[in-house]
Amino acid sequence: MDSGFVIEKFILVAVIFGISLVIAMYSTYAERKVAAYLQDRLGPDRAGPFGILQPLADGLKMFMKEEIIPTSSNRFLFIAGPGLALLCACIGTAVIPWGSPVLIAGKTIPLQVSDINVGVLYIFGVVSLGVYGVMIGGWASNNKYSLLSAIRAASQNISYEIAMGLSIIALLLMTNTLSLKEIVDQQHGWRWNVLYQPLGFLIFMVCSFAETNRAPFDLPECETELIGGYHTEYSSMKLGFYLFAEYINMFVSSAVMAALYWGGYNYPGMDSMAVWLGPTWAPLFGTAVFFGKICAFIFFFMWVRWTIPRFRYDQLMNLGWKGLIPLAIANIIITGVVIAIIEKF
Amino acid sequence: MESLSNKKKVLEQKPLSFMEKMYLPAIAKGMGITISHLFKKEATIRYPEVEREFSTNFRGMHSLKRDENGKERCTACGLCALSCPAEAITMIAAERKPEEKDLYREEKYAATYEINMLRCIFCGLCEEACPKEAIYLDGPIVPADYLRKDFIYGKDKLVEAPLEMKK
Repeated sequence: MDSGFVIEKFILVAVIFGISLVIAMYSTYAERKVAAYLQDRLGPDRAGPFGILQPLADGLKMFMKEEIIPTSSNRFLFIAGPGLALLCACIGTAVIPWGSPVLIAGKTIPLQVSDINVGVLYIFGVVSLGVYGVMIGGWASNNKYSLLSAIRAASQNISYEIAMGLSIIALLLMTNTLSLKEIVDQQHGWRWNVLYQPLGFLIFMVCSFAETNRAPFDLPECETELIGGYHTEYSSMKLGFYLFAEYINMFVSSAVMAALYWGGYNYPGMDSMAVWLGPTWAPLFGTAVFFGKICAFIFFFMWVRWTIPRFRYDQLMNLGWKGLIPLAIANIIITGVVIAIIEKF
Repeated sequence: MESLSNKKKVLEQKPLSFMEKMYLPAIAKGMGITISHLFKKEATIRYPEVEREFSTNFRGMHSLKRDENGKERCTACGLCALSCPAEAITMIAAERKPEEKDLYREEKYAATYEINMLRCIFCGLCEEACPKEAIYLDGPIVPADYLRKDFIYGKDKLVEAPLEMKK
């Protein structure tokens, strides 16, 4: 392994890490702005022009707050919980293909940290690890509301992971690969998977709302029943970590949805653009398109949050186990039959 | 049992139909409603920079009026303090000296006149009680402050500016 490779990867990791943190930061701002405009208000507009410095002010506030660790809590796990939540949220970005290889200074650099051949499985593994941060934090708080919320989060995530995995299987039947890079490359131009797998995408999207604990499935944070949810006892930057992890999760799941179903960095007319812009700028333009799709998904997440009321717990479980899982299985069967028919004739 | 008034309505709770169970049509409708609000005019007024227009009978901060010669109208009769339901007004009366003839309209005047803005409920009864048309609640909103003592407004803040300055 030469040092150029290490430096190249290090820069790529740093850039992606920085971008995901900045996007998560400005998601909090965007959330408040979107909420405001959807409710005929203005939202934060005091810190800087249009309130653009609001995330910095919020971050400063989080750092300055008094940090309280309850004496009855398990101190080690109490600190480990938010760290784990943020770590699991961040490492998901490692396998996402941000763009096709770009030519910089005579060197072709792939815009993906690691093209492992089980990328989809890796994402699933990271996502299911994410619930440990919530579980550990909720349990270590030694507070019944936190614990209840953590149990809710765990059972919700496990239930929806099944439907999510099943919805992906139908996609994998079509693509014949687990590598995210290859899945995206197969969707060249207009051949986006959502056109062939609309039901699968719908199931996947609903499940990713549940996996990221976003409304209408934000039961772990249900204020009316559980005070603050699993982070009731948290204060200062540990609380900030949990909130931040939620936004990074939202970013990562938007990226996964865009990559798996909406063509990633592919867009119609990309071949003529590639000729016109050359090997350096064309992939970067594709990356910009990809980020545009991600931002559209993030906006969609927020739009849904300010529209749909929270599900009741039994409704959540009914939808997951009796609605989405049978639907996902039916989707697998239909996809399999159609593929078999196409191959036969 | 038979209803006597015939007004009773029996609510029927039907189980959800298939379309309703799918949630999706209702969700799409709701999303349409929220997105339409994105393009509506926001109701917010950016307060310190922009002020809402008040109605003509708005009651704001009090002002102690002067007459056409610039003399203070108030004679410290105390009717405003008596009429005040919140007991926000106090005053000390004094006798006018010959050389102060241009300052005060009548022989008796208010040496100090204080309104506690934290007590005041802006009901306007002082305005109605005043026989000399000396007090009106025609000012702006009373501004916020940090200390309770700063909300006790004396004559320095209440009395109208002298006529020369107005011109």
